[in-house]
Amino acid sequence: MREIYADNSATTKLSPVVLEKMLPYLTEVYGNPSSIYRIGGKAREALDQARENIAKNLGAQRANEIYFTSGGSESDNWAIKGVAHAMKKKGKTHIITSKFEHHAVLHTCEALEKEGFEITYLDVYENGLVKPEDVAAAIREDTALVSVMYANNEIGTIQPIPEIGKICRERGVIFHTDAVQAAGYVRINVEEQHIDLLSMTAHKLHGPKGCGLLYVRRGVPIETLIHGGAQERGRRAGTENVAGVIGLDAALELALDGMEERNKRLSSLRDRLMDELLKIERSRVNGDRVHRLPNNVNMCFEGIEGESLLLRLDMNGISASSGSACTSGSLDPSHVLLAIGLPHEIAHGSMRLSFSEETTDEDIDVIAAVVPEVVQYLRNMSPLWEDIKKNERKGQ
Amino acid sequence: MVYSEKVIDHFANPRNVGEIENADGIGEVGNSKCGDIMKMYIKVEDNTIADVKFKTFGCGAAIATSSMATELIKGKTIDDALQLTNKAVMEALDGLPPVKVHCSVLAEEAIKAAVSDYYKKQGVDPEVIVG
Ligand SMILES: Cc1ncc(COP(=O)(O)O)c(C=O)c1O
Ligand SMILES: [Zn+2]
Repeated sequence: MREIYADNSATTKLSPVVLEKMLPYLTEVYGNPSSIYRIGGKAREALDQARENIAKNLGAQRANEIYFTSGGSESDNWAIKGVAHAMKKKGKTHIITSKFEHHAVLHTCEALEKEGFEITYLDVYENGLVKPEDVAAAIREDTALVSVMYANNEIGTIQPIPEIGKICRERGVIFHTDAVQAAGYVRINVEEQHIDLLSMTAHKLHGPKGCGLLYVRRGVPIETLIHGGAQERGRRAGTENVAGVIGLDAALELALDGMEERNKRLSSLRDRLMDELLKIERSRVNGDRVHRLPNNVNMCFEGIEGESLLLRLDMNGISASSGSACTSGSLDPSHVLLAIGLPHEIAHGSMRLSFSEETTDEDIDVIAAVVPEVVQYLRNMSPLWEDIKKNERKGQ
Repeated sequence: MVYSEKVIDHFANPRNVGEIENADGIGEVGNSKCGDIMKMYIKVEDNTIADVKFKTFGCGAAIATSSMATELIKGKTIDDALQLTNKAVMEALDGLPPVKVHCSVLAEEAIKAAVSDYYKKQGVDPEVIVG
């Protein structure tokens, strides 16, 4: 059976090119970058070089604005808690974010709410896009931070980050964006786009798991999250994950190389598949079709439940994901799908496919053939579908 | 989260899927808001479940427990069918992941609902028997 991995927003396969660059730092160059002998110095050199190159690739002015972390979750936690706690000392305790952020942001905000911070959760409307004017309207005298994700991890919608950044800069408010899903698919430039803090992780771009970064613009007040040794200029303790950092740098470099070409190909695959699957009755695309990651398809099929859809796709060699309650282990379906206004019963029947440069035309053909069959099979055994059809007949 | 081989088997090849025309009892439990609905049809002869069919909207665990539950009550007396617990269904499936236990109660409830419906149709108050 043909195996089709279509869950690249969950994680990606490590690129052999990236692995090759990492290997020496897992074998010969094992020294601690903080040590003074040569094998430590070599590791330090590699680390510094990676930092330089990443800064350049993100449009940062200085390499020392890049801080390496254990990944997206840590970066989000650090950015939000770090800035919130620093700004609290200046009497600013209001944070603006959106309703459909990743849990690394939302749960961090909820934790801060318990500490007495006030959070405004911006609407994302039916198309899954934050309106810059809503950000402008929400900013107050005591606003400490605005945090809006660059691209949503479930429905792939790309937010108007440069516009939001501009507003925040004009109003003197610190702006953080979680670019975990956008990096490698969108041209990011922290200078031009007025971004003060940016989270990224390597494993979504064919890099290793457990390594990411936080960009912190010079002068942005931020408290330390991980206390300990003096690594990362005393702001993030812990012996550096040297091989991971090398992998992060290599992965970003690789993703940016030929990005426009790759995006063009991926978005045409994406659009073809969406059009094909929309032929299924009572199906819908979730999130704006234009302002969307080139590799993301997210759809709902009424009358079926997402997890059973995924299991049947898996039986057909296709790995996908869903925002149904039963896949999250909670009673509620995905907060993202609820935030764009889907009723519970429709949100339960969602499917996310996320592609990579390895995805081929043939993969799309297979998916376009298998999904309608599986949906039909599940609808045939669904009492909910039976009710939907009954009501349709009544309505006529 | 990993399902046992039995769960996967019952999910991939669910037994007794469908409807029974002129069923003696029909029970529907769950709701679309929480994500699982099960509808069970029974045919009763001599106080025995002569035939049973189901339709389920739900996750892998919901479909597999529906399938297993129908297998377990087919040919049993109504009294025996009413004794079937979700725990017994889970055991017959070699267990469910902890987050999925709540999906397995539907099958037990669906049997009770179908039997209640059967008694009602017979003019018997199901409250006394089914509870
Ligand atoms: C938007 C977003 N933010 C943060 C994270 C967390 O990143 P990590 O897995 O590196 O902690 C993810 C990954 O699931 C994500 O998609
Ligand atoms: Zn379930």
